[in-house]
Amino acid sequence: MSLVRKRAAAIRLSRRGESSVEQDGERPECRAAQEGARCDSTQRSDPQAVRRRGEARGAALRGLGEKQGILLSLLFYKMLGFLRHPLVVTADINLNVVALTGVGLLSRLWRLTYPRAVVFDEVYYGQYISFYMKRIFFLDDSGPPFGHMLLALGGYLGGFDGNFLWNRIGAEYSSNVPVWSLRLLPALAGAFLVPMAYQIVLELNFSHCAAMGAALLVLIENALITQSRLILLESVLIFFNLLSVLSYLKFSNLQKHSPFSPSWWFWLMLTGVACSCAVGIKYMGVFTYLLVLSIAAVHAWHLIGDQTLSNVCVFCHLLARTVALLIIPILTYLLFFYVHLILLYRSGPHDQIMSSAFQASLEGGLARITRGQPLEVAYGSQVTLRSVFGKPMPCWLHSHQNTYPMIYENGRGSSHQQQVTCYPFKDVNNWWIVKDPGRHQLVVGNPPRPIRHGDIVQLVHGMTTRLLNTHDVAAPLSPHSQEVSCYIDYNISMPAQNLWRLEIVNRESDTDVWKTIMSEVRFVHVNTSAILKLSGAHLPDWGFRQLEVVGEKLSRGFHESMVWNVEEHRYGKSQEQKERELELHSPTQVDISRNLSFMARFSELQWRMLTLRTDDSEHKYSSTPLEWVTLDTNIAYWLHPRTSAQIHLLGNITIWASASLAMVTYALLFFWYLLRRRRSIRDLPEDCWLRWVLAGALCCGGWAVNYLPFFMMEKTLFLYHYLPALTFQIILLPVVLQHVNDHLCRSQLQRSVFSALVVAWYSSACHVFNTLRPLTYGDTPLSPSELRALRWRDSWDILIRKY
Amino acid sequence: MLCDTSRLLPAGAATTLPAQPRSRGSALRCRRRELHFPGHPALPFCDFLAAQLTRPSFPPGRRVILRRGRMPPVMGGSLAGSERRARRGRCGPQAARAVGPDVAAEDAARSPKRLVQGSRRFKAAGGWALLAVVTLLSFATRFHRLDEPPHICWDETHFGKMGSYYINRTFFFDVHPPLGKMLIGLAGYLSGYDGTFLFQKPGDKYEHHSYMGMRGFCAFLGSWLIPFAYLTVLEVSKSLPAALLTAALLTFDTGCLTLSQYILLDPILMFFIMAAMLSMVKYNSCTDRPFSASWWFWLSLTGISLAGALGVKFVGLFIILQVGLNTISDLWHLFGDLSLSLVTMGKHLIARILCLIVLPLALYMAIFAVHFIVLNKSGPGDGFFSSAFQARLSGNNLHNASIPEHLAYGSVITVKNLRMASGYLHSHRHLYPEGIGARQQQVTTYLHKDYNNLWIVKKHNTNSDPLDPSLPVEFVRHGDIIRLEHKETSRNLHSHYHEAPLTRKHYQVTGYGINGTGDSNDFWRIEVVNRKFGNRIKVLRSRIRLIHLVTGCVLGSSGKVLPKWGWEQLEVTCTPYLKETLNSIWNVEDHFNPKLPNISLDVLKPSFPEILLESHMVMLRGNNGLKPKDNDFTSKPWHWPINYQGLRFSGINDTDFRVYLLGNPVVWWLNLLSIALYLLTGSFTAVALQRGVHLPAEVEDPGLSQVLLRGGGQALLGWVLHYFPFFLMGRILYFHHYFPAMLFSSMLTGILWDTLLRLCAWRLAPSSLARGIHVGGILSLLLGTAYSFYLFHPLAYGMVGPLAQNPLSPMAGLRWLESWDF
Repeated sequence: MSLVRKRAAAIRLSRRGESSVEQDGERPECRAAQEGARCDSTQRSDPQAVRRRGEARGAALRGLGEKQGILLSLLFYKMLGFLRHPLVVTADINLNVVALTGVGLLSRLWRLTYPRAVVFDEVYYGQYISFYMKRIFFLDDSGPPFGHMLLALGGYLGGFDGNFLWNRIGAEYSSNVPVWSLRLLPALAGAFLVPMAYQIVLELNFSHCAAMGAALLVLIENALITQSRLILLESVLIFFNLLSVLSYLKFSNLQKHSPFSPSWWFWLMLTGVACSCAVGIKYMGVFTYLLVLSIAAVHAWHLIGDQTLSNVCVFCHLLARTVALLIIPILTYLLFFYVHLILLYRSGPHDQIMSSAFQASLEGGLARITRGQPLEVAYGSQVTLRSVFGKPMPCWLHSHQNTYPMIYENGRGSSHQQQVTCYPFKDVNNWWIVKDPGRHQLVVGNPPRPIRHGDIVQLVHGMTTRLLNTHDVAAPLSPHSQEVSCYIDYNISMPAQNLWRLEIVNRESDTDVWKTIMSEVRFVHVNTSAILKLSGAHLPDWGFRQLEVVGEKLSRGFHESMVWNVEEHRYGKSQEQKERELELHSPTQVDISRNLSFMARFSELQWRMLTLRTDDSEHKYSSTPLEWVTLDTNIAYWLHPRTSAQIHLLGNITIWASASLAMVTYALLFFWYLLRRRRSIRDLPEDCWLRWVLAGALCCGGWAVNYLPFFMMEKTLFLYHYLPALTFQIILLPVVLQHVNDHLCRSQLQRSVFSALVVAWYSSACHVFNTLRPLTYGDTPLSPSELRALRWRDSWDILIRKY
Repeated sequence: MLCDTSRLLPAGAATTLPAQPRSRGSALRCRRRELHFPGHPALPFCDFLAAQLTRPSFPPGRRVILRRGRMPPVMGGSLAGSERRARRGRCGPQAARAVGPDVAAEDAARSPKRLVQGSRRFKAAGGWALLAVVTLLSFATRFHRLDEPPHICWDETHFGKMGSYYINRTFFFDVHPPLGKMLIGLAGYLSGYDGTFLFQKPGDKYEHHSYMGMRGFCAFLGSWLIPFAYLTVLEVSKSLPAALLTAALLTFDTGCLTLSQYILLDPILMFFIMAAMLSMVKYNSCTDRPFSASWWFWLSLTGISLAGALGVKFVGLFIILQVGLNTISDLWHLFGDLSLSLVTMGKHLIARILCLIVLPLALYMAIFAVHFIVLNKSGPGDGFFSSAFQARLSGNNLHNASIPEHLAYGSVITVKNLRMASGYLHSHRHLYPEGIGARQQQVTTYLHKDYNNLWIVKKHNTNSDPLDPSLPVEFVRHGDIIRLEHKETSRNLHSHYHEAPLTRKHYQVTGYGINGTGDSNDFWRIEVVNRKFGNRIKVLRSRIRLIHLVTGCVLGSSGKVLPKWGWEQLEVTCTPYLKETLNSIWNVEDHFNPKLPNISLDVLKPSFPEILLESHMVMLRGNNGLKPKDNDFTSKPWHWPINYQGLRFSGINDTDFRVYLLGNPVVWWLNLLSIALYLLTGSFTAVALQRGVHLPAEVEDPGLSQVLLRGGGQALLGWVLHYFPFFLMGRILYFHHYFPAMLFSSMLTGILWDTLLRLCAWRLAPSSLARGIHVGGILSLLLGTAYSFYLFHPLAYGMVGPLAQNPLSPMAGLRWLESWDF
């Protein structure tokens, strides 16, 4: 027993030694060395030494084990090694990172609750936070729900009850709104950008000095500070963008010496998760995700070409990447929606946009009305029919006493029969009775005879008992289609044509029964094969501006405007018209609940979010992508109600200009080197060229994918859409500076001059930051003349009070 | 015949090459050596694509070429490495002889030289004969029953009409560039059509009007697609069966056939696209003899075809993109060849710039020059263009007109919005209806010329008549505060804090006041964009903004159509957002002032570059304006490759003569399958090459993997470029937009199946059986498509009688998808 204990101690000692050696290998000072190659070689040699030592130790252990002849117990020791020895955690603290995090936090969290009023888009995100607090369902087409949920998490932790009316920018927060905790999360994300910029440049194998430069530039970028300090999502988005890039870099640096190690797995998985978080906050995150994916694909392609690896090994590598970068993000994305739908279970103001089935799955609202309806529609059923298409607005098939005008304004004639329209409000005139053409009863038999796909039915309007009819008369607003009316027998040569064949669109077999809410049906006219369709046009005054319904003769394929579903439903019981009218007026009631599967709800919600088209609204502060690069525009976020203190989204113009300049320099140098390499002139050593290319692919690529797509978007754009692209540009800036210093400055003198210039330039950036600081934090009232002095560009809209 | 040719093909290669080493060992040696070629080191990271595509896969023959100082192969270029052997000879169809050098070597060893030459001549003759057969068949199918139906089909109503406009020299507006319609017009003119037919709506009978010239012209161009595709595939794959298969797919496709038979832009567009593709491929195979006559010929022909394609429709941009990518990779490889001096490099670059940029641009502008010269009469397109542009057109009231140059108080003017198709500032006696802002007189924009478009410029503070001869003339200057009085109703242009009828965030604009007396809400500051204060305001040329003095908003047209009460004219609002968009910029068009001297408008006539630019802006906006409405049935890009639904060209009912544009489903679904198979085999091969797997000699030596990757890749790129951009387009889309992409996918099918069958045959080893499988497979594909064409040909040539649902119909049972309605 004592022997065992001694051995354990020996192992513990050697483990300690091993971990300390490993630390030495990754000493940050080593990375600081400007010659990456030398650093790499020392790193590589150290672990080898460690491995050799470890092997020696393993051999010794084996020897002992054999001597005792207890192979099994040896295995047992090996396996339980983790449990038997104290877990040793050796922290490797880079004080730079700590310091950067500190100043980052300071700059973002300082007086976070000021101003205690709704600032700009807080008015927009705030209402969704309230919905989360009250668990009310909503639909926001601006992005997936993860971002909103993160903000709501802040509200939840701060104990927000959701009772605040987010209606006006500048409104004071009431005391129940935990402003600090609501703003904390974006601010933290914004603060962590600073150390992350540092880490990214380090992982790109550039010097500590460059890394510090990147971090300090992010630190003093006014636009990033403003955007982080409010309840907005950009800083969180940028955080996850950078996180995915950083973890991918960590992962690909580990790839060289320790593939499939725990940290390798960790960073790989983190890449996938961070990517899906970015996508989950805004669709814009997709661009960074695609960038990371394509860089991973290029690396994987190299891996395939690496013939020192076995086929199995390559396959495992590819499989790991597929799982982590494709499957995990998809699952995470689904998870966001899952949580979202679990959280929001009450019906709310956006219900109408969703299908009846979806609405019925929410608590309250339609579910309350339709709970317990009979499922199967039978002859004699009383139903309301909702258009599945729901555009331009959700509506129900409707009719009323009024007839089509004899002659329209343009001189065309009509049938002068009773109007049939689609009406966007619940009304007793929306009720129809499904009748068997062969019988006269309007009540449901006992047992009820359900209606199946392909059956012929007549639709009787409940209040007027006229039958739904269509004939070869042009519709009022769509002359190429047939008019749909409720038939009035005028005894002129216009016979009733009121037979409709029922087609269930989403049937599984041809004998499916017509079901309430679930079934999506088409009504095909038997005589003319026209299909009942919502044309979407608004009728003029004679039609009370309701929506036109027509019979579509040319059925060119499937279109949702021809599909209807039963929303409210009950079995008709009354024989007499008077009783029936009473019955129609009474609310429906019976009892069964039905649930949609998560995937069905997810796909419907996602589809609606992508296709929902809010009418293009102009905004005073909207701008075009071209104005962003030159910072020709700003956004006034908030103005103090009495003084002239104000918050603007304004960038540090020195940084913006020099970042763009750096990118142009990079592009020029890159093409110059590339062309010369093609002619076999190597200006840069190989490893230097590789890291130069990788830095460009990430930073220039990151800028391009986050900026260029905006030129093709038609929505209203704002300056803050540029911030993700800008962050990548800023990271490129010190990289280019270091490159110029290392490779383009030939003599020591040039280098000194260049360093001096860089210092001067950085202090000017600091100066600009300081000058714009009052507009960033909004804490200092400025006099009109001071404000005018800040208006460096004519296009900047700085608010000056008239006294 | 087929067997013979394929068997004889390799003979030519053998004469120019020493017998190839066939053993695996020697192949390995070759590859090793290649690794040390200058310009092809193991390239890291960014060159990876180029390097990976070219490096491991050089066939042994390449070594010879490089030693003689020839250039390395084109990346992504259409030529398989093995073709390079053939290039040493002549360009053109004769080059089709490099297939299967192993067989060749054997043949060469066995047969005496005389026999080889004889067989080569025989093979060349056979090649020409086949080409002739393909061409003939193509012409025969396209011209068969061309005159039916003798009425307007579908878009003939547009393009026939536009052809007539050219014959009548009337100006019109269309969203496409003019070349296609100009050619149609020319064909009509030459064939004796006088331009008098109205082309009102589909279904109108042509009667005595001569329409066959125009249809014949389109069918003529459409017929060339098939020989072009045939030659392209032959050039890329060096395989007759592949080329034949492609030709058969296209000949027997009912969709291509239908589209070629009517007066449409598509046959013309596809003609130029395929011509560009063919000449690009041809020119690629002349790479080893740069600056030779044929090199120049094919290069400049590529440029000319590109100009033609772009001149017909903007879709031509995609083929330009393809040629551009090909040229860039071509140049990149030349640049990497250290045996070429920089001067030579410069020559190459300049030659390409000349032929592929300068020449097409010049031609393209020439097309427009002709267009503007031919169309010199005022017509239905005037309103879409700016005032200055209209001054060019005879018959327009601005033509040869003379009006005062500078705006003065008292002038009567019309004010035009600069946004395309927005029209003139207009008012009329009708009031805004109840509930829509203040019940005052409506102000709208109106596209047509009308008395109600006239406004009088007045000073804001006096109501004296400025036309009083005793007063001196006073010019309106930038920054002045004015009042605009509507001439007919004597009400002032007015705005106030009520929301506009449609755009809720803007303010309402009305006509207000009695006999010119209103209130301070009638005052507007007139500003010229980009001018200093105090400048006079020029008619036509000055771009002006009208800023409402009280609310600070800008007069603009939102472009939205008012409902019935507003006579469906366009809404005018006062927008509080001071963004400079064309919506809020106006110019003065007509100008009457008896006190001012008139100047001729000729000085204001725009120059050619200006009208070129303007017509492009108008076309682009017109294209963007073709938006589908919510409830319309629109064709979605994903419908197209699966042949989801067709387009009705003519006829609806039982009794009508019905033509239905629908691809031959057998051909189309085969194409679809081929794309999937290609992606599978292509990536499999690419990964295998990247892994350094040594492909068996039977696959490697005839360059099958190269044909698959390069040739197939070229076709796939064409398909991708001509298909996927449509997913990004917001405009309304039609089924026929897919046809250029379909040409490329048919070429891919030809190449793929030929290669696959060869591979299959090789798997099944014994050579006699293998050849049998190959030939049999190709033959059955050919016969299958021919039979499906026999089944579906009524779609294109027209059907009369009951619809396909009816079991009596000849098409009964052929309605394989419910969404087809014929």
